Amino acid sequence: MGARMLPAGADPIRPLETTAVTITVDGETVTGITGQSIAGIVMACDQLELRRTASADRPRGVFCGIGVCFDCLIEVNGVQDVRACQRKARDGDAVVTGGKPSAHGGAE
Amino acid sequence: MRTVVIIGAGPAGLAAALAARVGGASVVLLDSSDALGGQFWRHLPDTRPSRSEKYLHHGWAKFQTLSTSLESDSGVRIIRGAQVWAIDTINGVRVHAIIGESDGTQREHETFVPDALILATGAHDRTLPFPGWDLPGVFTGGAAQALAKGERLAVGQRVLVAGAGPFLLPVAQSLVRAGSNVVAVLEANRFSHIVRGWSPKPWQLLGAAGKGGELAGYVAGQLRHRIPYRMGHAVIAAHGTDRVDSVTIARLNADWQPIVGTDTTVHVDAVCVSHGFTPRIELAIAAGCGLTPEKFVAVDHRQLTSVEGVYAAGEVTGIGGVDLAMAEGEIAGYWAAQSSADQSVAALDSALDTAAAHETSGAKDAPASALRRRTVFAGFARRIEAAHGIRPSWTGWLSDETVICRCEEVTLGAIRTAAKRTESESLRSLKLSTRAGLGICQGRMCGRSVEQILCSFAPEGALRDDASTDNRPIALPLRLGELASRLHHTMQGKEHHD
Repeated sequence: MGARMLPAGADPIRPLETTAVTITVDGETVTGITGQSIAGIVMACDQLELRRTASADRPRGVFCGIGVCFDCLIEVNGVQDVRACQRKARDGDAVVTGGKPSAHGGAE
Repeated sequence: MRTVVIIGAGPAGLAAALAARVGGASVVLLDSSDALGGQFWRHLPDTRPSRSEKYLHHGWAKFQTLSTSLESDSGVRIIRGAQVWAIDTINGVRVHAIIGESDGTQREHETFVPDALILATGAHDRTLPFPGWDLPGVFTGGAAQALAKGERLAVGQRVLVAGAGPFLLPVAQSLVRAGSNVVAVLEANRFSHIVRGWSPKPWQLLGAAGKGGELAGYVAGQLRHRIPYRMGHAVIAAHGTDRVDSVTIARLNADWQPIVGTDTTVHVDAVCVSHGFTPRIELAIAAGCGLTPEKFVAVDHRQLTSVEGVYAAGEVTGIGGVDLAMAEGEIAGYWAAQSSADQSVAALDSALDTAAAHETSGAKDAPASALRRRTVFAGFARRIEAAHGIRPSWTGWLSDETVICRCEEVTLGAIRTAAKRTESESLRSLKLSTRAGLGICQGRMCGRSVEQILCSFAPEGALRDDASTDNRPIALPLRLGELASRLHHTMQGKEHHD
């Protein structure tokens, strides 16, 4: 249940060969497809929460998906306030979210 | 050679670039993302090829022709990852961009001083606040589409799509094609209202048959997947602890007031809500361009704004869809490529409106097909607003605890209390006392809703000041280090004049 990638074999657009990109999310190794955003890779594990708000400690995740709302801010390689929906993942990126990991546990 | 700078590489910007090249100008095309196509043609990156990506898009062949032609043209400089953070008019129009990885730290500054500027900055989803809309799992329709088309990710397995407007249908279609089960599409407006909005002078729509075809395709897809389309219904609350697990839906009256006793709970793992679009007009405002009463960029028949040499095309001038955006882009590109001397001859011809004048001067109006398409699809845009526009009583689904400003977590109750305590009907003072609209998104998500809420508190239904939440002199947050390096750069006189 929840957010997930459409498996290539089930995709009507008939995807061709891709390569993998590997990052760490809160210390866990996670693999995505080269060209994916960090938001896409984290959400593919069904983790929707990316941070907690400063004053009310409320969970937040991707909302607008196009870089306008700034709700999906995360830390990448020690740099804070990076929009996860806008940043393309690069091999070795160390991502720190302020959110709770998926209850379903890590990458597939 | 004249240089035309175009901001935004969506349908309007791409059409403008091609037309400006045909007109003999050199073109600089700036886009904040790393791909051409804008939100409408949001697509998979080059690293993810496929046999038939066209299946996910409307007008894909047109996009490929445009982008291939521009990419192979040495007279076009395409700059991806270019965030325009300011426009100043101190000494002509100057466009300040920061170029590089999104929200990175090592980006390059570049300033452009074009002969003509075309603003094709588009629009983003407008989602009205409702209780629980800040929970993870609540998305705009645009987010669901971007992730489906740009990543092949489904934001949920059981998804409800809700809000207003024809855009909800392609959102549902993108979700289904990414593997989601769309449980229903809820349109807030009632059937009778939609029919009234669409039907006056229906013959005017004949020319928009292509658009009808696009919509018909979405409707057919909806029927094929047996997705219920329910009019006069809305999501009025989302529930869950750390993520959405259900929503409350209700019937609305014609003004969008929820009807008591019609609440139903629906279990979902994601909900996509959009009530229309907000044009991205902050750069136009920074350039000094005048706005229409509806707060779009005002343009004349050439797509020229109130500022000499600055044109606008696409959703910034009115929400009309891809065909209108491309027609406007083509017209803007045509005029932007001409020198002001040529333009004044053509303007005189236009004022005289005689074929003889055209023949003697040799000056012509923009291509007839673009002019015709603009007329046809502008009618279409007016109908969308009449049939699907936001109605005033949506505030009826808010409670005092509902977060209105997501960034600063300002509730309706806080805004109401501040308005009462200060007896203020001034947007400026209420923003300062509550911080509503002053967060990192710079009021993009909540600004217009805050304005409407404050107006509804004011005795005369209007605010006393002329403040607007659309003014953003610095159009996006910059890191302090980057601003400092910018200053250093300028002081060394390295400014680049194109």
